[in-house]
Amino acid sequence: MSETYYQSYGIVVALLIGGVGLVAVAFGAARVVAPRRQLPEKLTTYECGIDPVGEGWSQSQIRYYIYAFLFVIFDVESVFLFPWATTFERLGMQAVVEMGIFVFILALGLLYAYRKKVLEWV
Amino acid sequence: MSVQEITFVIIAVIGGVSAVRMVTSRNVVHAALYLVVTLAMVGAVYLVVAAEFLAWVQVLIYVGAIVVLLLFSLMLTKAPIGRDTLDNQQRGLAALVGMGVLAGLAFLIQDSFGGSKPITLHQATTEQVGVTLFRGFVWPFEVVSVLLLAALVGAVVIARKDDPAGSRRGPDRRAPLRRGSEATRR
Repeated sequence: MSETYYQSYGIVVALLIGGVGLVAVAFGAARVVAPRRQLPEKLTTYECGIDPVGEGWSQSQIRYYIYAFLFVIFDVESVFLFPWATTFERLGMQAVVEMGIFVFILALGLLYAYRKKVLEWV
Repeated sequence: MSVQEITFVIIAVIGGVSAVRMVTSRNVVHAALYLVVTLAMVGAVYLVVAAEFLAWVQVLIYVGAIVVLLLFSLMLTKAPIGRDTLDNQQRGLAALVGMGVLAGLAFLIQDSFGGSKPITLHQATTEQVGVTLFRGFVWPFEVVSVLLLAALVGAVVIARKDDPAGSRRGPDRRAPLRRGSEATRR
């Protein structure tokens, strides 16, 4: 069992090395072949083709943080959904009820965020 | 050395080097990106010891979500942070504490597992994790949802405080909501 486990992840590792190698070869070839003439215009940050305004560091609004936080919460929820999905056939109604309570409590949080209008952009 | 051990050494070296780079990097965004590598290498260690589910949880939660949260909170901090200001005079003390923790952990692990026989690797499938979780740990599992709810409500409350149209206005529940929508229309 553990042999096939390592073999299957060996394929993943091989794929990873192949992918990294492909990108490295492509960029390396470009670096070797392409002429490099660096002008100040070329070194500016690309911003939709317009000259960049201000600095790269800027303070963002807290609502971005809320969205990131919601993402974390529901990411954790989805992590619990994976083992649930593999076992709920075996455990039957019990698992369904357990996950139902779990999702319901988290849905309350989403409802709270909705009621507090933090989900509204603009 | 078995293939496993060689893999572990490679992973550990990459993870350790990026961890050191993370704390020595002057640019916070670079530090966050080094953190991605370190956390991914921790996940790879889980894969090596055949804890498949844990490894992908590590990737999903830590490499995915926590780092995103960290980057967003970096963007929230007072800008511009600058390259030279990101340094601490307590470097020596921090290094000392770090070495102390490392020594303590190394001693503890060596003390508790040093003499024991190597355990044969047992692969834990996601299904086994699920059965254990939904049979034996039902209450902790449900408590996790309450914890997440509390965290979410806390984040919403903190974020609302910064809003000028926030809920600093007495016990009337509807008023801040209406004021909020007025503010957005302006």
